[in-house]
Amino acid sequence: MVSIHQHTEEEILEVLSEICDPEIPVVSIQEMGILRDVILQDHSCQVIITPTYTGCPAMGIIEEDIKSAIKNIGIANVEVTTTYNPAWTTDWMSDETKEKLRKFGIAAPLHSGCMNWAQPQSLQVHCPKCNSIHTQLISQFGSTACKALYKCKDCEEPFDYFKCH
Amino acid sequence: MMNKQEAIFKYLVRLGDCALIHGHRLSEWCSRGPILEEDLALTNMALDNIGRAQAFLKYAAEVQGNGLSEDDLAYKRDERAFYNNLLTELPIGDFAFTIAKQLLLSVFENIQMQALCKSADATIAGIAAKSHKEVRYHLTHARDWTMRLGKGTLESNTRLQQAFNQLWMYTGELFEMYEEDAILNKQGIAIDLNELKTPYYNTITSILNDSNIKMPVADYMQTGSRKGIHTEYLGHILSEMQYLQRAYPDAKW
Ligand SMILES: [Zn+2]
Repeated sequence: MVSIHQHTEEEILEVLSEICDPEIPVVSIQEMGILRDVILQDHSCQVIITPTYTGCPAMGIIEEDIKSAIKNIGIANVEVTTTYNPAWTTDWMSDETKEKLRKFGIAAPLHSGCMNWAQPQSLQVHCPKCNSIHTQLISQFGSTACKALYKCKDCEEPFDYFKCH
Repeated sequence: MMNKQEAIFKYLVRLGDCALIHGHRLSEWCSRGPILEEDLALTNMALDNIGRAQAFLKYAAEVQGNGLSEDDLAYKRDERAFYNNLLTELPIGDFAFTIAKQLLLSVFENIQMQALCKSADATIAGIAAKSHKEVRYHLTHARDWTMRLGKGTLESNTRLQQAFNQLWMYTGELFEMYEEDAILNKQGIAIDLNELKTPYYNTITSILNDSNIKMPVADYMQTGSRKGIHTEYLGHILSEMQYLQRAYPDAKW
């Protein structure tokens, strides 16, 4: 039996940072900003997460992945809690994470302050494939809650844009 | 007289039920959208609403503290214990009717969630901040389609105008306050819905003007949901939505 005292919060965060977003397997839940904190108590481990969208169906899978990762390092008592405060924002993503999204074929979110709510189609989104700025918004709602649908007028490919939030 | 705990519970159930029934109605568009992009848009918005319902009802269950879950609240309550606004339960109708409904609801939700971000209750403020980010997208979707249909053909304009005319009598209820509001407003937990009226009517008027739609009028406003009195439609929604838990109590997925 491994004692919980052999673990540190930093070490657990490192283990958890290996877990990927099930819908975007190239980025981890830490890079996405979903993983907020780890609190070790005498006999248990509490992990705090925040949803990207209130109805994000990936949250259930992420919770299960967290529980099994922590049980794998010998801690049986794991509790995953969801917080809405502070509200998740795409502005937490690093440039490195955005580059990973782009390589995966998803245009990275622009800063949330860039959004013009009166004219959403005016947002300057680059094509993740050819980097062209001649792109067109097809729909604000795409294959998952977090993505909008665009098409590139130069290479003519459709693509997903990770909506700023 | 209601105590504070009962007031918060009812307030949270109201917020949760509005989102739950609104989301359930939107989900009826799944595979029936006029075009694929709209099928995705309407069901994505359904998901946002159901997520919001889950968050508010989960907190409501915690406040109630008798061991029930958000699922128990959603699937095991009777019609008279639901407090969603009547507007949310009306059938989806045709696409114009859904768009009109979406506009009337999302303009309201946008200012409501923004105001609730300042709630003295940190959990309510957190859920509201999250929801507000989502609702802004719902609002732009409804506004853009209102303009497109309103300025489209005679047919699309007529259908949209008729939808607004039929729905308008359900908008008065959005601003109704009840015992729980009076208790919670004093503590800064709830918001004064009277203060939302002017921004609401101004926004709706400006969007309808830009869309060649006449501002609708109603002889009287419908009421009832704050007391759990609903249109005939809610019972039908619940019989479908609650069927599984009623037929097989406590069935787990
Ligand atoms: Zn391109």
